[in-house]
Amino acid sequence: MPKTNSPTELEDLRREILSKRDSNKPCIAICAGTGCLALGAQRVINAFKEEVKKQGLEANVDIRETGCPGFCEKGTVVVIYPKGVCYLQVQPEDSFEIISAIKERKIVERLLYTDPSTGEKVIYEHEIPFYKNQMRLLMGNNTKIDPKNIDDYIALGGYGAISKALSEMTPEQVLEEVKRSNLRGRGGGGFPAGRKWETTRNAPGEPKYVIVNCDEGDPGAFMDRALMEGNPHSVLEGLIIGAYAIGSHEGFIYARQEYPLAVENVNIAIKRAEEYGLLGNNILGSGFDFKIKVHRGAGAFVSGESSALMTAIEGKVGEPRPKYIHTSESGVWDKPSDLNNVETWANVPLIIDKGSDWFTSIGTEGSKGTKIFSLVGKVNNTGLVEVPMGTTLKEIIYDIGGGIPEGKKFKAVQTGGPSGGCIPEEYLDTPVDFDELAKLGSIMGSGGMIVMDEDTCMVDISRYFVDFLCDESCGKCVPCREGLKGVRKILNDIVAGRGKEGDIELLEEIGDVMSEASLCALGKTAANPILSTIRYFRDEYEAHIEEKRCPALVCKDLISYYIDPERCNACRLCLKNCPADAIDGEKKLIHIIDQSKCVKCGTCFDVCPPKFSAVKKISGEPVPPPIPEEKRVLVKDKKSKGGQK
Amino acid sequence: MDVEKIDEIIDGYVDEEGVLIQILLDIQHELNWIPKESIIEVSRRLQIPISQIYRVASFYTAMSLTPMGRHLVQVCLGTACHVRGAPKILNKVENTLKIKAGETTEDMMFTLRRVNCLGCCAMGPMIVVDKDYYGKMKTQDVGEILERYE
Repeated sequence: MPKTNSPTELEDLRREILSKRDSNKPCIAICAGTGCLALGAQRVINAFKEEVKKQGLEANVDIRETGCPGFCEKGTVVVIYPKGVCYLQVQPEDSFEIISAIKERKIVERLLYTDPSTGEKVIYEHEIPFYKNQMRLLMGNNTKIDPKNIDDYIALGGYGAISKALSEMTPEQVLEEVKRSNLRGRGGGGFPAGRKWETTRNAPGEPKYVIVNCDEGDPGAFMDRALMEGNPHSVLEGLIIGAYAIGSHEGFIYARQEYPLAVENVNIAIKRAEEYGLLGNNILGSGFDFKIKVHRGAGAFVSGESSALMTAIEGKVGEPRPKYIHTSESGVWDKPSDLNNVETWANVPLIIDKGSDWFTSIGTEGSKGTKIFSLVGKVNNTGLVEVPMGTTLKEIIYDIGGGIPEGKKFKAVQTGGPSGGCIPEEYLDTPVDFDELAKLGSIMGSGGMIVMDEDTCMVDISRYFVDFLCDESCGKCVPCREGLKGVRKILNDIVAGRGKEGDIELLEEIGDVMSEASLCALGKTAANPILSTIRYFRDEYEAHIEEKRCPALVCKDLISYYIDPERCNACRLCLKNCPADAIDGEKKLIHIIDQSKCVKCGTCFDVCPPKFSAVKKISGEPVPPPIPEEKRVLVKDKKSKGGQK
Repeated sequence: MDVEKIDEIIDGYVDEEGVLIQILLDIQHELNWIPKESIIEVSRRLQIPISQIYRVASFYTAMSLTPMGRHLVQVCLGTACHVRGAPKILNKVENTLKIKAGETTEDMMFTLRRVNCLGCCAMGPMIVVDKDYYGKMKTQDVGEILERYE
């Protein structure tokens, strides 16, 4: 193993790696991130390996298992380098055709991206609208790197920034550069990272610790997972640079146990970096020592809060504590501890490498650089999207995300996870950064962006978050513990049709108290989903309370399913699938739902063939009486009539 | 319970501070739950009161103080999965296994859990059985997937 003892040796190593690589040799990069693995990427990878062997191309074609390229909607994503031909939704059986095409220098047209509006095929990754409108400073290397192979990262200039920092800059200069870049915390808080570093650096007490927060608990956000799985060395490099600036010799990576692949990849990365002399004693011959330990989380949302995370590292119950003592001064074992989010750390090598002037040229006045968003929910191109701060919601959801599927209407976008809020259509032109979203009663948070369409009930969403937070509240402080229970009861009543006048005002009042008096950020922001949905969708609350109607047809207790006799073809599909035996009918006998037995699971609605669409959902109106027995027999000519109506 | 196994796990963390959570996670992984005897042994070896260990083990969702089924079924109820119909999927799994979330089937085959985001948000709704991830779930697929496990 080539241990590098100086910046020059690292540079020599990089040249040596590059000289052994033929840049014209085709390389098949296949996404092996958790998302694509869920779609069967492992079988795709195996099929490609076998096919390469079968065609005797082992010496001519490389296969690289990479991290997440971001375009999860179209997984499994396969990119063929050096040109970057991008194939989407690749199945194992496509391997023969793709490899044959590489051999014959052809392109497999049918697996290319097709523009839904023009029908045009797009060959190259960077020309696909989803990618074209992004600025992928952090995510861009994911397809170029096998996260288990440190050489891939070094070949791209990796560890060049730490080499520069250690050989050309003093810790003070590194700190100054990061401060000047105005890099703000990507985990949601948005606190300037450089100032946090400085506090820890200047705080009395040794040793000092630096920590990576990879306890990405916000439901709907997964950019940290993608970075940790796909490019762990970029995070390590950032952490080493931070440690150097702060004067820390020991770091922790706190990773959720729900992310086994991230834990595996970062552990491998640490081992390799140690072998290469990039971690451990006397890094690159500079005299600077630094080691990193990985700490697995054990499944608690609140443990992602900085003070809670630090007590968890100590091996105790991960509960937050009051914030009048900053963790940056007194954190793990009461020592000064600097904690930053994965994405924040991954930005650091770029800033050192390219300078703070370059970094501040990207983004808005108050928020610099790019931000990764996880664009999910009811949107065509779900996945991870990296854009400069200040990009508007509309650009993200429509230009990159391709709009709402199935011609449905956009209703709201939820940002910032359980601490955030729901933003309605009239604010889609808002530029996204730390400050603008806060003005709308939401936050940018860690970058979750869940798109909701007309089929989403905002009261149900509000209850969903309250349920989530009730589960995850540690119960230590009263406003959060009791406040959440109180609002949960009110919201449960509203969605069950038991809402009464004054409920909305009571929700607002409890929400205000929780925001004012809770101990940590979880409780302080817990009311945001409620308050923002009341602010923008008060009419939906009122419909539930006053008319006992759910406009989005979601809330079980307020909706009914019924079969339109004019459309029913007596195909028995719903009848066979009904778990409650609530549907009566037989061949040629129009089906009827017994309302007293119906559990409103919606199975009949889902399985009824679209050409019939006989099962209807209704709310706020009585269910039409069942069709009289004598009219239930399906006459032949009615069959076609029913289907066409 | 095999006390030697527990000792072996603890021996892997000699002279390290703050390892309780890591040790408990390893025990969970090894035995598929955290039996009372193992807590007593950890308490004896690490000189940490049983009550404190119990508090940690009962706080974290990854640790189970009751025996778990051979297969762990996790239904993701993160926001992205929720808006794409995860509650229906959970309902279907509950009906199929005839247990509620948090319970284990009588034959000790399956333990069912709801989780608050597995980070596969673009693939929702999502379920995970042991280490196998299934994305873009439909209620119709639930039965067939569960039948694969025995």
